[in-house]
Amino acid sequence: MIAASPVQQITPQLIPGTYIFDGRMAMKGYNLNRMCYSFNSADNRKKFKAFPEAYCHSYHLTREQVHAVTDLDVLRMLQLGGNIYYLAKLTGIYGMTVQDLGAQQTGLSLDEFRAMLASQA
Amino acid sequence: MARIIGALASSHIPSIGNAISNGKQEDAYWKPFFDGYKPVLQWLDKEKPDVAIVLYNDHGLNFFLNNLPTFAVGAAAEYITKDEGWGLPVFPPYKGYPEMSWHLIESLIEQEFDIAMCQEMAMDHAFINPMRLFWPTENPPAIKTIPVAINTVQFPLPRPARCYALGKAIGNAVASWPTDEKVVVIGTGGMSHQLDGERAGFINKKFDEMCMQALLNDPEKLAKFSSLELVREAGAQGAEIIMWLAARGALHGRVSQIHSSYHIPISNTAAGVLALANH
Repeated sequence: MIAASPVQQITPQLIPGTYIFDGRMAMKGYNLNRMCYSFNSADNRKKFKAFPEAYCHSYHLTREQVHAVTDLDVLRMLQLGGNIYYLAKLTGIYGMTVQDLGAQQTGLSLDEFRAMLASQA
Repeated sequence: MARIIGALASSHIPSIGNAISNGKQEDAYWKPFFDGYKPVLQWLDKEKPDVAIVLYNDHGLNFFLNNLPTFAVGAAAEYITKDEGWGLPVFPPYKGYPEMSWHLIESLIEQEFDIAMCQEMAMDHAFINPMRLFWPTENPPAIKTIPVAINTVQFPLPRPARCYALGKAIGNAVASWPTDEKVVVIGTGGMSHQLDGERAGFINKKFDEMCMQALLNDPEKLAKFSSLELVREAGAQGAEIIMWLAARGALHGRVSQIHSSYHIPISNTAAGVLALANH
């Protein structure tokens, strides 16, 4: 038998540099993630790219979220409720890979980030 | 009765899809990764399973946060693939097996797994890439598939112990399916990786090695972790190891290892493949 409520023993805040996408974050980021979900359609990606801010407004993003999106600031988007699986559809529009995202979030150059990954082998 | 011949587990990193499409299997970067699948392909070629039950996690293609099931079982005649938003190819549909899907659904509900039931389901890279890795010569392959989606997007995730129990229940369901078909259960995702946050790029080789061992000899050990403990040890997306654990749960017999391979890094991820036979 597993101990009762093991989730209680460790809180999301105890995992450094990690954003747990729980109900609170999912509510905060609902419109942002809903917009990113729309990028499964090539037509919507095109519409977004033509007028990013207008597209954000059509999904009722907050002013902070609009800025984070137009800046492609991943950490800020996470803090504002973005979920990485959805955000990847946004950053993909600009050809950013998950390694580009990793480099941006860790403040490393792409080469440094790749070296950091390889160093863990 | 139908028989589960084994469990396969594989990373499903999106870039694998493009590497396959671009024929990069022999490139220096990719070769160690693809070579790790060869013994598994030989086993599959020998055993020729009829059905693949694929435990995977949707990444915002079929499910959005408006209606997000914890566990969802496909019951479609075919499973389409669709544009995921960042340039992975779209393929002809994978073959379903609705008769067995409904048996699985009925059996799971009887066993008190109150899963969602889906007569339409679009597959993303988490389903497609392992299928392309395990059946590289034909896409889609002839094998009949039943996708089972496990939520890893939105917390709370199902507890690892619950995923393990789901696998056991799937094993029971297959055992009561009245054909002599051979079934392979596939868990996709992992191993350790983290895409988001200041800890992006986190990999934990020690933990992954423990997982490989535990999945072979002592799956209960892995089932005792909480979801947040998995995030701490395996990285935010490394929690996808719950699909491997679920697949392992379906093996009720004596379990032996056919093959395992592990390689750091592919993209941001510690890539792993594990094949277990069920005797």
